[in-house]
Amino acid sequence: MEYFVEAFNKAISLMLSLDPELYGIIFLSLKVSVISTVISTFIGIPLGTVIGLNRFWGKTALINITNTFMGMPPVVVGLFVYILLSNQIGILGPLRLLFTTTAMIIAQVLLATPIVTGLTIVAVQGVDPPIKKTAVSLGANGFQLMWLVIKEARYAIGAAVITGFGRLTAEVGAVMMVGGNIRFQTRVMTTSIALHKGMGEFQIALALGIILIIISLLINIALDMLRGTRGEASR
Amino acid sequence: MNVIFSVKALTKEYSGKKVLDIEELEIEEGSITGIIGPSGSGKSTLLYVLNGLEKATSGEIVFNGKKIISEPDIEARRQMSMVFQRPTVFNMSVYDNMAYSLKLRGFPKEEIRNRIIEISKFIGIEDKLRQRAVTLSGGEAQRLTVARAIIHRPKVLLLDEPTANLDPANVAMIEKLILHANSEYKTTIIAVTHNMFQAKRISKQLVFLLNGSIVESGEAKEVFSQPKDSRTMDFIEGKMIY
Repeated sequence: MEYFVEAFNKAISLMLSLDPELYGIIFLSLKVSVISTVISTFIGIPLGTVIGLNRFWGKTALINITNTFMGMPPVVVGLFVYILLSNQIGILGPLRLLFTTTAMIIAQVLLATPIVTGLTIVAVQGVDPPIKKTAVSLGANGFQLMWLVIKEARYAIGAAVITGFGRLTAEVGAVMMVGGNIRFQTRVMTTSIALHKGMGEFQIALALGIILIIISLLINIALDMLRGTRGEASR
Repeated sequence: MNVIFSVKALTKEYSGKKVLDIEELEIEEGSITGIIGPSGSGKSTLLYVLNGLEKATSGEIVFNGKKIISEPDIEARRQMSMVFQRPTVFNMSVYDNMAYSLKLRGFPKEEIRNRIIEISKFIGIEDKLRQRAVTLSGGEAQRLTVARAIIHRPKVLLLDEPTANLDPANVAMIEKLILHANSEYKTTIIAVTHNMFQAKRISKQLVFLLNGSIVESGEAKEVFSQPKDSRTMDFIEGKMIY
């Protein structure tokens, strides 16, 4: 127990030290996760709404595939992106993106998009059917109906985005594989933790883990407050 | 008088079962038509098909001089509105609910505001415009849904038992609103109702549906006082007991 208390104290002192390297890592972690979440949101919400709202051949199969991708192991996604960007065998090799933050973002988008899409499908299907019928009967076209349904399901869709973001901040396998954990370039919180653990510096690794959890907690509190105030206004 | 809806040999089937089979029906522009009939006679289905929420299996519908092939296009649908039995409001303010049908049609903000103020006074919810619509009572919510359906002054208003489960004061208010749309905006009203008193109060024309087909139709007064078909008489009398 004492070991954990010491790690916690170390985490606090590390944060208070304002060490540029630590804050660089924190900033890069947030930057990669935020950009990836935003891209996933812009793909996942419209895609999930279209799938959830319409009846078409192969819909069940598509939902099953989406659900499978929601639980995709990050290392598999990392490996896939690695091969894709690899100089020797990848079709995107000439772009020379391997071991850059762009590669990390590509991998994370592939991880978060199925989550945002899948949970948006559930959110959209949860909207009361008379709402859709009413909108159509009042003269909404396909796009207007989609927009209304997104607004009606906004709290559940918000939760979908938060879940996607949570997955990305916690993820290590994919960013390690395609980012390479290069100091001052592609090192993020989770890869730092893995590195320090590998070097036997368990307490620093643990302290970084605690910092990561604190940051996640702060972000979740902020998002929840945002959702909470809006939720209350709806009552 | 112009004919706004002309229906010929219209059928609708659900998994092979015919629920609607109408040889001919004409609705005059500006009229108020009551559609009566027992449960399951196809009244609601007829409204759904006219509105394009359901596709007809076969037959022809001419709306406002334009033939509807399988379902009405967006231009045709935007000239109609429909109100359902259960009041359905969007999870937004009362104001935004009413603005919805106007925004869909690209009305300018000023016009939207003026129309909302006018109609909200008419239905007595002018002090609740900023309130969330989901917090309204059942009666208020249904007044809102009717107001939202007529605020863009549609050519046709389709009503699927909009006053079922409402108290008499709200029924009166909604009937007043419907008649207002008919007299002021020249909106054609097609109303499905189970309430014979209401059918008598508001309808100029009456259509009696049974098992998906029209048994009798004509001037409401005549159908009520001298029905040609004995089944119409039975239905009206059976209902009038309650």
